Amino acid sequence: MSSTPVLLNNTQIHTEVLKDKILPAMLAGMLGLALLYTAGFAEAAQVHNAAHDGRHSAGFPCH
Amino acid sequence: MFNLTTFRELVIAALWTGLLAGLLLTAVQQIQVIPTLLQAEVYEDAVTVANAANSHDHQDWQPENGWERTFYTALANISLGVGFALLIGAIMCLRGRPSHWRMSLLWGLAGYLTFFVSPSLGLPPEVPGTEAAKLADRQSWWLITVLDTGLGLSLLAFAKTKTYKFFGAVLLVSPHLIGAPQPEVPGSAAPAELAQTFISAAFFANAVFWLAIGGLMGQFYKKDS
Repeated sequence: MSSTPVLLNNTQIHTEVLKDKILPAMLAGMLGLALLYTAGFAEAAQVHNAAHDGRHSAGFPCH
Repeated sequence: MFNLTTFRELVIAALWTGLLAGLLLTAVQQIQVIPTLLQAEVYEDAVTVANAANSHDHQDWQPENGWERTFYTALANISLGVGFALLIGAIMCLRGRPSHWRMSLLWGLAGYLTFFVSPSLGLPPEVPGTEAAKLADRQSWWLITVLDTGLGLSLLAFAKTKTYKFFGAVLLVSPHLIGAPQPEVPGSAAPAELAQTFISAAFFANAVFWLAIGGLMGQFYKKDS
């Protein structure tokens, strides 16, 4: 007995792509940008001094 | 709700990638990047003593030279590594996960060109004590260059028509035709050879860093891992 094929309509496919790819990727991307901003660009003196050598090495514009 | 498993796999892969690539970068930096930077600081401090109006504010906390400073540099490197790995992972999630780590070295190369090589052509990595244009102007140029290069490379690699590819090439070169913001009076406390050594050392260290990010992300985030 063959299994019943699952037919998805366009809306379902779009929802799947959104849930499986677009939303996880967007969330991960935003997390990544937040980290890069903190380590590479944040102006607070303590953060700047802690990340100073890393910023110079990465070629980020620094002070 | 979105697919939490996909998100968790991506984040875990990025955390491991960033941790290992950041530690590797910290080790590579000890060869030439950090020694050159510390040498330049001696010149910078000499100028600071002579001229109190320096942009460095030594009132604020800063890590002590030695292990403490290396620890915070490693922390910054790991944060940058995880951040970059999350961005690459997000693109892999959209375009299809790699089947082998060797394949994802190309993503590392693209990241290196986008986030380091292209902006460094206009704003080379600087040793402390170098005269530079206003920070906000340099940050804007850096950001525009990174966006232009990333989009330009994507169009060159993936666009179907010649027109789009041509547009990609225009995006790649345009920030360099406009030119990076330059200081009114160029100059540096450190000798020019030291600045040059720092640039070569940074190009090398970042190449290792980015290839590690690409390769490790391919290993930790490959299909059906």
